[in-house]
Amino acid sequence: MNELPQQLVNGLLLGSMYGLVAIGYTMVYGIVQLINFAHGEIFMTGAFGALTVYLYIMPNGTTMWLALPLMLVGAVLVSVTVAVGAERFAYRPLRSAPRLAPLITAIGLSLALQQAVWAWYPKATSSIVFPNIPGGPFEIGSVTIQTGDIFLFTAAPISMAILAYFVMKTRTGRGMQATAQDPDTAKLMGINTDQIIVVAFALGAAFAAVGGLAYGLKYGEINFRMGFILGLKAFTAAVLGGIGNIYGAMIGGLALGLAETMATAYIADVPGMSQLGGQSWANVWAFVLLILVLLFRPQGLLGERVADRA
Amino acid sequence: MRQRSLIALTATLAAGALTLSACGSRDDKGDSDSGSGGTTVTIGVDAPLTGDLSALGLGIKNSVDLAAKQANEKKYVDGITFKIEALDDQAQPSSGQQNATKLVADKAVLGVVGPLNSSVAESMQKVFDDAKLVEVSPANTNPALTQGTDWNGGTKTRPYKSYFRTATTDAIQGPFAAQYVFNDSKKKKVFVIDDKKTYGAGLAATFTEEFKKLGGSVVGTQHIDPETKDFSAIATQVKSSGADVVYYGGEYPQAGPLSKQIKAAGAKIPVVGGDGIYSADFIKLAGASATGDLATSVGAPVEELPSAKEFVANYKAAGYKEAYEAYGGYSYDSAWAIIEAVKKVVEDNDGKLPDDARAKVTEAMQNVSFEGVTGKVSFDEYGDATNKQLTVYAVENGAWSPVKSGTYTG
Repeated sequence: MNELPQQLVNGLLLGSMYGLVAIGYTMVYGIVQLINFAHGEIFMTGAFGALTVYLYIMPNGTTMWLALPLMLVGAVLVSVTVAVGAERFAYRPLRSAPRLAPLITAIGLSLALQQAVWAWYPKATSSIVFPNIPGGPFEIGSVTIQTGDIFLFTAAPISMAILAYFVMKTRTGRGMQATAQDPDTAKLMGINTDQIIVVAFALGAAFAAVGGLAYGLKYGEINFRMGFILGLKAFTAAVLGGIGNIYGAMIGGLALGLAETMATAYIADVPGMSQLGGQSWANVWAFVLLILVLLFRPQGLLGERVADRA
Repeated sequence: MRQRSLIALTATLAAGALTLSACGSRDDKGDSDSGSGGTTVTIGVDAPLTGDLSALGLGIKNSVDLAAKQANEKKYVDGITFKIEALDDQAQPSSGQQNATKLVADKAVLGVVGPLNSSVAESMQKVFDDAKLVEVSPANTNPALTQGTDWNGGTKTRPYKSYFRTATTDAIQGPFAAQYVFNDSKKKKVFVIDDKKTYGAGLAATFTEEFKKLGGSVVGTQHIDPETKDFSAIATQVKSSGADVVYYGGEYPQAGPLSKQIKAAGAKIPVVGGDGIYSADFIKLAGASATGDLATSVGAPVEELPSAKEFVANYKAAGYKEAYEAYGGYSYDSAWAIIEAVKKVVEDNDGKLPDDARAKVTEAMQNVSFEGVTGKVSFDEYGDATNKQLTVYAVENGAWSPVKSGTYTG
């Protein structure tokens, strides 16, 4: 049986998840040149937000199709609140400080959010089972798609389209582009840059929340540490695609997801490589890809060459 | 301004130092005799009390606590009161070593129960051995811990004299599972997956060896990355490999999602693992499709042993929030072995603890022998349990139920 189509689907699904989270890294970086290392935890709180809606707000036995939109709202609400709060109280006071200060703050915030969920969310000290969408898997040719994956497959492109429309067509979106190019001049032109920065954090968080919900539905469990590794991967995806470029984040995510999946599935079959194959080596190959891309295109796949950035 | 902040800083430092020294003096209390004339002996516990493996870890802690309480209640050792000091290793070797150092520093600690993970044990053994502090693990199954790294090459040498365990080893568990899968389940084509950790890789290797010897074939191997939950690529490989059974060397936080994703990918075959997946949390994480999955675990099922009835009843009566899980009985026996050793040392020394109590307890441990919760508890020349019983469990109706008990010979 040829497993390549299925492996491609596996890779695209994993990549979509990376892409959704990577957008938050890239947007914030594009506007304030801050690598928001707490973004992985914003993704995690989103997943817990969705779970809270399901466990504690909805009456028992609500069908998943009815619950899903409400869970999405809950996830987005929690993530956006955390992100905007972080921006207001942790990053804004440090806006004119040297770049290292907000970076370290972000790492601290990441740990603080993890520990807060660990300490205060009921039973969060170990993995919590996440509700799944009922219904058997769908078979398309030799490819099997789980019900939980359908959400990711539809949500990722839709979110991407909404974001593209927002950034290109709306007033706030154009304000974002202007702020990214030159914050001082944008301010002189009457753009409220503080507000634009908040919007960038909020949008990134909303995408992370969609990713968090998708994670829960796909893997059927969430835990307080889930954002750490995934956040690092998403950051890698953002760099791979060209940090600062929203399309780059999605492309980088997909490339990373595919690279990991292909490495897991096929490297071991290459003659002489059996020791370097398997999932435990997938990260190594993913980072080899990153290094190769950065060697030849230091700005990333879709990034533009910008002087005096990063 | 500058001066004021200096004052504030000094004040903070002073306050901090005071708090720290307060902690110190509280710790020291265990050292000296308490007013009533008795001596307090601390049994250290090291296990993952938080994180993914905490279900097993808390079961260990509670069971040791129960043993200490029982000993105190029965006044089992004259003039000695036992208490426990439980530290969290988060299943990390680095935390385990820190905890070991901490326990060694506390002079009241005369024995330690733990850890859960073989990889953590590796980091702790030397620290304990240097201090001649006895360590009894209820759960470590890696053969190298007692028989040296060359145990499979024919030369067994015991690396640390202070290390004992009440659990059987993977050298027995892996082949036992292979025999069951091949002879009883009649599965001939296996896909072997492990997590590359000391425990998982060792288990997978001993399983593979025996399975091949019996005539089965290995149609694929994979090593997972324990940091991820995405096993879809592996699940697809399992499906297309045509395997009729999957053997997984590792623990339930990964095994649960792995089993779920393998079945979701369309491979309706059982996942078999060792004692690391024998936990209720495995079934919780794997979901409804886990039915038919198998696990081997050390010893006979605690609920079925007549010797364990009292333990189960006492555990319930003590009202612990968490279940005793896979290692409860072994943890209780491990703690009791320490209590027995302390009793021997105290009795040999006219009812008092000698000055070199730790070394004496370690010495006494070698000859400890009593009827415990899990059967007869005693140790061979390597510090391994002489009780080599194992049981195969299957997931039925959302719970593990025992299918076959036996001893592996050969």
